[in-house]
Amino acid sequence: MSEWLHMGGYGLYVWGSIGVSLLLPLCEYLALRLRRRAALEQLKHQQDHDET
Amino acid sequence: MKNSLLYRYASPQQFYPLAGTLIPWLSVLAVLLTAAGLYVGLVLAPTDWQQGDSYRIIYVHVPAAWMSMVIYLAMAFWAGLGLVMNTRLSSMMASALAPTGAMFTVLALWTGALWGKPTWGAWWVWDARLTSELILLFLYIGFMTLQSAITDARRADRAGAVLALVGVVNIPIIYFSVKWWNTLHQGASISLTAAPSMAHVMLAGMLLVTLGAWAYSFAAALARLRCIILEREKRSPWLKEAA
Repeated sequence: MSEWLHMGGYGLYVWGSIGVSLLLPLCEYLALRLRRRAALEQLKHQQDHDET
Repeated sequence: MKNSLLYRYASPQQFYPLAGTLIPWLSVLAVLLTAAGLYVGLVLAPTDWQQGDSYRIIYVHVPAAWMSMVIYLAMAFWAGLGLVMNTRLSSMMASALAPTGAMFTVLALWTGALWGKPTWGAWWVWDARLTSELILLFLYIGFMTLQSAITDARRADRAGAVLALVGVVNIPIIYFSVKWWNTLHQGASISLTAAPSMAHVMLAGMLLVTLGAWAYSFAAALARLRCIILEREKRSPWLKEAA
């Protein structure tokens, strides 16, 4: 296991690549969730406004 | 013509629920394919005799670099279609693709730097392949900045489309840079005309991650497209039931 993590001495480079490649999509996913929530909130606001 | 499938889904009203159904499936597919690909690449595939284990970076580097180019082409296509046909959903699709494409470009550059350091001894060189990929990032950023600077959505769509279309010239430059110039970057790992120069298990890992990246890109772009529809069409009565 630790040998696998070591990656023949290239561990930092390999895991630095894989890690960021998983981290950025995760951030994008979270950003999209926030954007959707904000958009729905704004929509509700607009519709309440239209009704009055 | 009006009733054909194409026209039916060209309206945000019809497309919104369809995208909503597709997103969960695509997301699951993205996770499964990427996990399988990384397992093949990081566990099953053997160590490269020349580059050691540092070569394993290609399992994320190559898919990210491919996506950065494919998404740009898709973005320019939809932006161009929106410009010519005046269909607002196509333009929205272009805007929805840009941040995901930019993210993959950043990943391609980042993983490239982490591969370059142990292999070439430098994080960065001003080589044709690297420089044109950096220009791709600037094109994505330029597209997004330009669109966000223009308040009127349809004008922003048109301005963005012109920029996206002009930038298409950079894609063949990136792709063929390793052939046209004597670059430090190695040649293509996979070509359509020759047999792959890598072991089957390595190829399988890389292709699985690539398919995962495709599924992810579809899911992310559709999710963002739904946000853009909500933001832009907030005055439309149909959204009352849909949202």
